[in-house]
Order: sequence, then structure tokens, then C-alpha cells
Amino acid sequence: MIVVSAIELTELEQDALTEVVNIGVSRAAASLRKMVGHQVLLSVPAVEIVTRQKAVALLGERESNELVAVQQSFSGAFSGRAMLIFPEENSLTLARAVTGDELPADELLEIEQEALTETGNVILNSCLATMANMLKRPLTMSIPQVRRGAGSTLFGETGAADSDGLVLFLYINFSVHQRDLRGYIAMMMDMPSLVSLKGLLGEFIEQVVGGQQ
Amino acid sequence: MSVSVLVVDDSKLARINAGKALNQLQPEWRRVEAGSAAEALEIVAREHVDVALIDFNMEEKDGLTLAAELREGNPTMPIAIVTANIQDEIISRAREINASFVAKPLTAEGLQGFLSGAALRLRTSS
Repeated sequence: MIVVSAIELTELEQDALTEVVNIGVSRAAASLRKMVGHQVLLSVPAVEIVTRQKAVALLGERESNELVAVQQSFSGAFSGRAMLIFPEENSLTLARAVTGDELPADELLEIEQEALTETGNVILNSCLATMANMLKRPLTMSIPQVRRGAGSTLFGETGAADSDGLVLFLYINFSVHQRDLRGYIAMMMDMPSLVSLKGLLGEFIEQVVGGQQ
Repeated sequence: MSVSVLVVDDSKLARINAGKALNQLQPEWRRVEAGSAAEALEIVAREHVDVALIDFNMEEKDGLTLAAELREGNPTMPIAIVTANIQDEIISRAREINASFVAKPLTAEGLQGFLSGAALRLRTSS
């Protein structure tokens, strides 16, 4: 069981959240497959609710270099920002993968930002849309932005709204066949949003379990 | 003899969901659940299974690897891979071992085609 200050998820809520995220990421992998032309391999997601400091530490244990993140804000029954994070050195590899290796180096640099945005958009939208559909609450998503820096910068506060911010840290390894790429997904939400998410997970479980037999 | 269907998924909730869909479509069938590929292999070694519904993305051993292992000893068993991850490579691996696909999240509608086919195959082979 996860316990962070006032929020805790039961085993079944944790299971439900992992399953919803798994479906979202699996769909995203199928879309990404079309974009990069190679098989996209996924690990089973590990889902944890942690403090902002813990999220920075978790990421720091795994990644010592600079990071790049595609960030999208979402709002609805629960609000926050979702990030697709990967090591900075993967950034050009990813751009090369989604442009099919056809561009010369200078053009590749120009299109890098756009390639990152597009990839992030596909993966994050797929996760968020799957969450919205399965939990039956619409979410509005902003245009994705690219951010660069260390974990502490990425998880840093962007305003008073998420000052008590907890992070729903979804550790998922995605790799592209024959390319060295890996990434993480994190969702930052404040306490009221996590409480609301927990409530929706409860409703979702009730629907699945309640109608049994 | 009643038909027994093996549901393999590392998510308990997904197993409950699959159970519900099965119950709507084939209430007479007996359900056996496994939370991992290893557990599924133990069950199959111990008892007869007619149909298998297998989640793709699982720790340790994925659903397609498990399906391939089940296929070796069960050349005609109806097997479905349950996933939202429909990539060409995954589809072709499933075809090689003659397994079907069912979309996640699993619904009675989504499962219906596979189950009717499986029921037909079991009737004609018995």
C-alpha cells in the first residue's frame, strides 16, 4: 500500500490505475510503432504516488545526465501536468527515428523540437484520453511544450496551484527496436486532484466488481 | 463435459472484468484464473483447459511467449491475446502460433467473436 501524507491507494486502486495506464501506453506504443517504423517495446508500468522530492530522487537514481521532457497540462475532474521524460542524449535519436533517418543533420536539428512534441503528444494524449474514457470524466489537454533540464527543474513548481504537489510517477521503460531509447511518464497533481482521482478509481472498481455474478 | 477457460492477467481487476464478460457470454463455462505465466503453466500441467485468454504485457514472461508454450502441447486450443498494443510484430507473432486478438479493455462485445469461434471449434473437434 502507498502512503504519502493524506493520500493512500488500496491494492485494488493501485491495480486499477496500473491497468488503465497500461492500456493507454499500449495504445500509444501501437501509434508510435507507425511513426518510427520499428517495434516499440514496453515494460509493465510501475505506478507510485510520491512527493516531488522523491520523484526527483527516483529520476536522479536512474538518470545522471540532462533530461528533456514534453509536458502537457490537463484539467477536468482531476488536473495537473503530464510529462514524457527521457535522457537528453536520446532526443536526437528519437527525432531521427520518427523522421525515418532521411534528414541530413542540420535539418534534423531543426525538426528535433517538433519531433519531440509530436511523440510526446501521441504518448501523453493516449494515456490521458484512456484515463478519461475509462474513468468516465472528460479531460481537456493543452498543447505540448518541450522543457529541458535536470529532474529538479522539470518537477519544479510552476505556480502556486501545485505547491503541495505530489507526483504520480509512472515508471515505464519504452524502447524502440534497434534504437537506444528509453523514457518515463510522470503526472503531477495536487492533493485535491489525487483525492478526486482516488474517488474515480473507486467508482471504476465498483463498476467492474459490483456487477459480478 | 463443461468447457474450462483459463484467464491469465497480472491485474486482478482485469481478471474480474474478463470473468464478467465470460459470465455474460458463456455462463456455463468454468473459469480458472492465473496472475502470471508461471501460474498459468502450473494450472495447465495440473488440469484440462479448453480455451485460454491471455494478457500480453506481463512481468517476467509476456503473454505471447506463454501462448507459444501452450500451443506446443495444445495444437487446436483456442487462444486469444488480450491487449491494446496492436503492433504489426505482435500481430505476426500471434498469427504464427495461431492465436486471436481481443482488444483491451475487455468487453462482452469485444470477446463475443472469439468465444463463438472457440465454442464452434470445441464442438466440431469433440
